[in-house]
Amino acid sequence: MRLSILVNGIQRTVEADADTPLLWVLRDELHLSGTKYGCGIAACGACTVHLNGEPVRACVTPISAVGSAAIVTIEGIGASEWGRKVKSAWLELDVMQCGYCQAGQVMSATALLAKNPRPTDQDIDAAMNGNICRCCTYTRIRAAIKQAAGLPTADTREVQS
Amino acid sequence: MTREKSAEDPVVSASGGLRISRRAFLATGLAVGGGLLLTLRFSETASAQDALIAAYVKIAPDGIVTLTAKNPEIGQGMKTTLPMLIADELDVDWQNVRVEQAMLDPIYGPQFAGGSLGTPLNWIPMQQVGAAARQMLISAAARTWGVPPAQCMTRQGVVRHPQSGRTLTYGALAEKAAALHAPDLASVTLKSPNEYTIIGKFTGGVDSARVLDGEPLFGIDVSLPQMSYAVYEKSPVFGGRVVRANLEEIKAMPGVRDAFILRGAGADAAVKMGLVDGVAIIADKWWDTQKALQKLRVEWSPSAARAQSTAAFEQQATQLAREAPHALIRRDGNLDAALRGAHRRVSASYAYPFLAHATLEPQNCTARINRDGSVEIWAPTQNPGPGAQLVARTLGIDAAKIRVHMTRVGGGFGRRLNNDYMAEAAMIARWLGRPVKLLWNRPQDIQHDAYRPGGFHHFTAGLDAAGNPVAFRDHFITFGRSGHVAAAADLPADHFPAGFVPNLEYAQSLIQLDAPTGPMRNPGGNALAFAFESFLDELAHAGGRDPLELRLELYGPPRVFPPPPPRFGVKVPPFDTGRVRGVLELVAQKSGWAQRQALPSGTGMGLAFYYSHFGYVAEVVKASVDRDGVPKVHKIWAAVDIGRQIINPAGAYNQAQGAILDGLGQALHLFITLENGRVVQNNFDAYRLLRMHEAPPLEVHFLRSNNDPTGLGEPALPPVLPALCNALFMATGKRIRTLPIDPQALRPSAA
Repeated sequence: MRLSILVNGIQRTVEADADTPLLWVLRDELHLSGTKYGCGIAACGACTVHLNGEPVRACVTPISAVGSAAIVTIEGIGASEWGRKVKSAWLELDVMQCGYCQAGQVMSATALLAKNPRPTDQDIDAAMNGNICRCCTYTRIRAAIKQAAGLPTADTREVQS
Repeated sequence: MTREKSAEDPVVSASGGLRISRRAFLATGLAVGGGLLLTLRFSETASAQDALIAAYVKIAPDGIVTLTAKNPEIGQGMKTTLPMLIADELDVDWQNVRVEQAMLDPIYGPQFAGGSLGTPLNWIPMQQVGAAARQMLISAAARTWGVPPAQCMTRQGVVRHPQSGRTLTYGALAEKAAALHAPDLASVTLKSPNEYTIIGKFTGGVDSARVLDGEPLFGIDVSLPQMSYAVYEKSPVFGGRVVRANLEEIKAMPGVRDAFILRGAGADAAVKMGLVDGVAIIADKWWDTQKALQKLRVEWSPSAARAQSTAAFEQQATQLAREAPHALIRRDGNLDAALRGAHRRVSASYAYPFLAHATLEPQNCTARINRDGSVEIWAPTQNPGPGAQLVARTLGIDAAKIRVHMTRVGGGFGRRLNNDYMAEAAMIARWLGRPVKLLWNRPQDIQHDAYRPGGFHHFTAGLDAAGNPVAFRDHFITFGRSGHVAAAADLPADHFPAGFVPNLEYAQSLIQLDAPTGPMRNPGGNALAFAFESFLDELAHAGGRDPLELRLELYGPPRVFPPPPPRFGVKVPPFDTGRVRGVLELVAQKSGWAQRQALPSGTGMGLAFYYSHFGYVAEVVKASVDRDGVPKVHKIWAAVDIGRQIINPAGAYNQAQGAILDGLGQALHLFITLENGRVVQNNFDAYRLLRMHEAPPLEVHFLRSNNDPTGLGEPALPPVLPALCNALFMATGKRIRTLPIDPQALRPSAA
């Protein structure tokens, strides 16, 4: 079927079966391959995009369910103030190792900060637990979120525990 | 030399499919004014060293320096680290450096990401490349000015002649420098550490911004004109061959372009990670291959592996432990007499499971058969050379006809030292007659790995009256086929405490295994450290010794062992007990080890040390358990000695932290179960990788001993597993002898 979807502020027309996950429309139809495939069952978060600002797993979101929602992907997230801050913090702290999960991490982190500009460690845990980093860069992901929020980046959880 | 030949070979750009020769490309670049500088020499007089420098260093007239990264980038940071070494000696501003990934090409020597060898093998050669290129630029300037080269200096991309005040930029000199011969690399003088301008500086990954812009850098992102998508379904039971499949039904499905059976490369292919039997489904959209896969029905022939299950392995291991070992690995002194005469004997059995690598980017490969019969491969591989060889064997063609593009790799961990996906993609492309991107789905990725082998250790040790081990035995029950130990399933004869306990015996027995195994980040160490360093902790407690003090005494006073044989022609550092002591004392100091008895009841500290890949790492874990017995890690300290120079602190701390958390995840959650010859787990719901809330605070300290730098992808992983289990013993009084940790066994009410 022919569908019109709003991706990173641009209306795009795509040809896809109704059950095709948004992930594969983005990657293989629109060649927005920054959004990654990891598991296909919403268990790893590598495919995280925003639908009307909410982080969703594109691998289990059928294209037919997207409707007129505004889709934002890693390719477009830098246009928002929080997206820009998060990406800058990611680079300043050199968060990534292999980098494969990091688009999803950035999308989840940006959604968190847009709603909660001063997250606690517990808030970060809750918002980021759906995003696996196989290289385990969690230490720097946590610090980069705090840096983007303008919070101290030192990990003080041991003192509290 | 092969370089001349390869320089003539056709190349095709990844983006456009433009077919031009490298020579033509270079000539074009020069003709349009520009782009190329210290460039490939065409003259018949060009030496191998000239070609080498040209392959690594290009300088544009505007001073932009393009350096080649020879090894694959799997997240270990080599695409940044190796060019840093060149750039520092070249004496340029890092801001003006661009990095390009090399193709597989013999000119670069070994190109792989494995064994934490990137740093020790390339530390000196990459600096020599930079220094030689700098020398050529100085020579070009000196000739221009008619002054001796010794009177010239460089600074940040500019050659200066202080006596006359003249300067020339590298960009202005590049073309002239390119016409000179490169000096003998062994003759160049390298900087002393106090002259470094890039080495030792926090340097972000060269591709990081592009990753965050969503650029197509990974293997899964490759796109070629006229490319189809493929999925390849193999027997879930290892070694099964295709008897029949409903190909006609599949071919009739929407979007499906073709479906066909490929025949594997013989009975051993499954364990050797070559091409095995399977069904390829080809479609114009990858999602259509997945829908077709749902309808695929294949009859697989029975194979030997179907009799093999994790539960049966455990029974076999128990039985084998009662019998005499199959083979002796090492025997020192008189073990039986020493055990009989010991003040105290301690026995314990340890077990750990099979593991999958679970790289987050699933295995994939894009392949194209060019009209001239050459094969072009785009692959996220750690090991492109053997990959090309495998493709050559599988297709029955000359390896020289295979060109391998190394894409960025979404996680390696040893999985992509094997190149099975490369053979599959190449065969599918040949059959199909058009370019194809093969992408495994996650279940296929977890169920067709080269697994970290499980194992069982049956230890007995004898302590003297002072609590020192005087006798040590391990009956290691491991896996193999027909009497041969499976890949990455061996116990090295020199594994600690061999050589440090006078009466010692290592022996092994094999359980038949027809599933593939292979190296996983810190092969051997990722499993052996848990067993040996936990048992050593048991010995310390049994003998009334502080686990730190016992280790210091066992390793003894500082001494340097005879150097090991060179690796790939490069000298590697010898084992040095002084470095063991250094990291043990440092981690004890940083963690407050001596004050651990003052911790609240229910909280413990555990210590472990492991030497691997030339790195010395000691770690302390502080942990407790909750009411359900679930471990809570409060903090982890690590002391790491990989030599005097941390080349890139940005990458180094990240590698150490990541390796520690990787090991923590293994200890807490990870296992692969084999049932009737097939892997049970198929996705991240059942294969539970560590998540954010489980990542505790970490402190990593580097001890800068006066030794050449060595690698860091692997050494920090092993100690965390036993350090955690040792901490849990102090916290709960319960000893973890089986991984992953079972919270049931740690519940406060548990017996």
